[in-house]
Amino acid sequence: MTRLQMLFCALGLAGLIAAPLGQGNYIVYTMTSWLVFSISAMGLNLTLGYAGQVSLAQAGFMGVGAYVTALMTLAGVPWIAAAFVSISTSFVLGLLLGYPALRVQHHFLAFVTLAFNTLLFLVLRNEEEITGGSFGLVGMPRPNVLGLATDSNLSFYYFALVCFVVAAGVMWWILRSPWGRAFKALRENPIRAESLGLKIRRQTLLAFAIGSAFGGFAGALQTPQVQFIEPHSFALIHSLKLLLMVVVGGSGFFFGPMLGAAVVILLPEVLRFTEGYYLIIYATLVILLMVYSPGGLIGAGHKIRDRLMPRTEARRDMEKGFQL
Amino acid sequence: MAEFIQIILSGLAAGSIYALAAVGFTLLWQASQTINFAQGEFVMLPAFFVLVGMTVLGLGLWPSVALALVLSLLVLGVMFKKLVVEPMLPHGTLPLVIATIALGLLLKESVKEFYGATAQPFPPIFPQEVYQVAGASIAAQDIGNLAVSMLAIGGLQLFLTRTRTGRCMQATAQNPAVAEILGVNVKRMVMYTFLINAALATVASVLISPIYLAKFSNGETLGLVAFIAAIVGGFNQIRGALVGGLLIGVIDNISAVYISAQYRSAMPLLLLIAIILFRPQGLLGTSEGRSV
Amino acid sequence: MHRRLIGTAALALALTATQALAELKVGAIVELSGPGAAAGTNFRDGVKMGFEEINAAGGVLGEPITIVEYDSQTDPQVSRALVQKAIDEGVFAIAGTVFSSSTVVNMLVAKQAGIPQFTGSEAPSITGMGNPYIFRTAFGSQKGVPKLAAYLADEMGVKKVAIVWANTEFGKGGHSAFMAQAEKHGFEIVADIPTEQAQADFSADVLKAKNSGADAVFVYLTEEESARFLREAQKQSIGLPLVGETTLIGNKVIELAGDAANGAMGHVGLTPEANVPAMTDMVARFKAKYNYTPDHNAIKGFTAAWTIKCVTELVGKPDSEAIAQKMHGLTLTAAACPGVLLDVTWDDTGEMSRESFFVEVRDGKQTIKAILPPN
Repeated sequence: MTRLQMLFCALGLAGLIAAPLGQGNYIVYTMTSWLVFSISAMGLNLTLGYAGQVSLAQAGFMGVGAYVTALMTLAGVPWIAAAFVSISTSFVLGLLLGYPALRVQHHFLAFVTLAFNTLLFLVLRNEEEITGGSFGLVGMPRPNVLGLATDSNLSFYYFALVCFVVAAGVMWWILRSPWGRAFKALRENPIRAESLGLKIRRQTLLAFAIGSAFGGFAGALQTPQVQFIEPHSFALIHSLKLLLMVVVGGSGFFFGPMLGAAVVILLPEVLRFTEGYYLIIYATLVILLMVYSPGGLIGAGHKIRDRLMPRTEARRDMEKGFQL
Repeated sequence: MAEFIQIILSGLAAGSIYALAAVGFTLLWQASQTINFAQGEFVMLPAFFVLVGMTVLGLGLWPSVALALVLSLLVLGVMFKKLVVEPMLPHGTLPLVIATIALGLLLKESVKEFYGATAQPFPPIFPQEVYQVAGASIAAQDIGNLAVSMLAIGGLQLFLTRTRTGRCMQATAQNPAVAEILGVNVKRMVMYTFLINAALATVASVLISPIYLAKFSNGETLGLVAFIAAIVGGFNQIRGALVGGLLIGVIDNISAVYISAQYRSAMPLLLLIAIILFRPQGLLGTSEGRSV
Repeated sequence: MHRRLIGTAALALALTATQALAELKVGAIVELSGPGAAAGTNFRDGVKMGFEEINAAGGVLGEPITIVEYDSQTDPQVSRALVQKAIDEGVFAIAGTVFSSSTVVNMLVAKQAGIPQFTGSEAPSITGMGNPYIFRTAFGSQKGVPKLAAYLADEMGVKKVAIVWANTEFGKGGHSAFMAQAEKHGFEIVADIPTEQAQADFSADVLKAKNSGADAVFVYLTEEESARFLREAQKQSIGLPLVGETTLIGNKVIELAGDAANGAMGHVGLTPEANVPAMTDMVARFKAKYNYTPDHNAIKGFTAAWTIKCVTELVGKPDSEAIAQKMHGLTLTAAACPGVLLDVTWDDTGEMSRESFFVEVRDGKQTIKAILPPN
């Protein structure tokens, strides 16, 4: 990290710590949702933006995490253990789904995950004895951290913020590791990467599984946040929503998913004055964005900056860091 | 036995309409690598063009259907290609996938805001007669839907194999670069594909809306089914999409009656997974050279 | 940005004299997009029309009401956040949500803040959880279904029943209510058929019911699915009595199903044919205003608006706590509060009861077969 980036991150973090102070319950709750969805979108970004695979089951993995955590914490297991199991379950499921799909052809992962998400929904809804069916599960406790309760919305926000920072840190570390750097090679020139000894398929499979594990982690956090889960919250449509988040923010950029999640969650608020038309406007904006800048908002930002500022050596270095 | 006949028949009738959507889906894929996530909405929309023709302009059913066809060709064919697909082709598949998801949302929400959120009755095009054959009730509507879809797909197949334009389209789908060298107007052929998809969507819409009722959200399930049918049948074959559509229609009915109503929508998905595992090119498909 | 308000603080503020002069806000949290959009839009339009008429006639306690409207996107989690938001913005009562799966979640927030909530949901669980701030605008299915089952057993002599139900929180409520009654009346359930939310193709379901050997089919689906079911049943000439709730024989269903609705029977809370001029009038005004036939969700929304007005005026100030208390055991008569359309009573769980009707659809119109007393 350059000194400038560290400064930015520190400022951002300070902003996130200060932001909820003095806000109403709703704003704090919405910001918590943003943190949770950012974690999930970050995971999808690894699959999509770095490994170039479309996963249509990120909401499904959140569902896996959410239900595992709910069932375990309702049975009295501490949240941290439940979260660990949630993450591992999603990871293993990711491997199991990804292995046969990636064996065949590139775009088949999209189809397999699509089927998985819909099947998962059916199981969650139909196996009422375990999952509560369409009645869902209610009353999951919020975790105690080092003896501190997180029952109020504000304290839960800070709890989620810590989880978010940890997740972002892990993601940063993954992408900086030699293994993560290999993705860049993969994305830029797959044939050369393979000739240098990279196992494309194994690499991609792991990326998908880790991305799914991030989904599981987000789900584990969503359970105590909402304290009510039901199958519809993890249906296919929400996977599409997550996909939009990543791409709108900028897939393949570290901060893309966070920006995208903010746009998707806050946009109904910003466009409230348009009454019923906000989804129409949102959809139109997404199409325009894709035409103008497939790199999403961050990509568009770069484009504009490139136009306004002369190219210098220093700038390119910074961009490299930004993109990882 | 009567029950079984009836299950198969209504499955085929529903499946033939899925096939129309699935065929359009594969055509777009072949011609321009477009995975159209708005395909369901493409089938939802023309019904509302018909309703606008009938209620707002006061036209009869058939003039309204003609109007819907023209509007669909314009909006779902020409505009979709020129405004959405074409500018995005250089960016690769992913932005286009995202754009079609957004387009689906746009169509759905526009219909909801400008026409209404509740379902609308849609006039049937076939007589509402029911015949009793060997204990099974056979509706003229089902037979009509099956016949019209089969004719549409059969006609399309003939067009593609027997006419010069059709063969040029196939050449374009298989290898645009070579087709271009051989003097095929590739751009025009791709445009034809989009127009055909729009026309098929209109036919499907007019056939299915009397049963489904016209509603903005109809595309959600239809799109998914078309998608599954296309993959099951073979993503690069019209015949495949036809077989996939019919198969999904029948399997859906059989599993609802004999296996489990709660898990009926799981069966097509399990079939999908099995196909991907054991016959990834689809039932009738041929292996694809490119890995996109 | 205002300080974080916890429920009691909001209440304390609401009680101060200065607050009484501030504008009166009612939150409408409804499904305006997603699978619940049709039901939610009806409910919202009903609430809107109700308050517009109330405001035109002088408002509540002489103050006009502002509706703060939110789209829950048919997502329970979003609905919960939005109820919180409405409360943060200082509403004194809430109308919505319609889908039971949303209401069971967001009612907990309203309860915490002590804000009375008028829901359009019908699942039994909602009033079964001891929440003193939730009030129904239509019967729960545990109220309506017994009336219907008794009619099936006593008047129609039914022994074997096939059940077709929506596999959602709403449908499961009706399903379990009917199962309890089946045991009581000794019905044999010969086919038990769950269907999907927004299902379009009912051929397999109709076939199964038809071949089950039932004397009657109990249909518990939402309105549009009911219409599709009725059409398919006609197509396969099912030849069995189809009975259900308002959602099987409501106006909207008749409009959608056309001929196919003829012969369907059911239990309805409010019907335009019930010789209740207020009701017929309301439907006519609604059609003129929004250009579509209201379904029973619109009527729920409309009566919710009037209930809020009347109970607030009975209390004398927009005091959420006092309103909630007043609602328990309250009877509003159509004479005193015309917008409730028919006399109605709430018990101490928030469940409502009122006279209802057993109707059959003949020639595209509901005809009353029996008037069923409140239970």
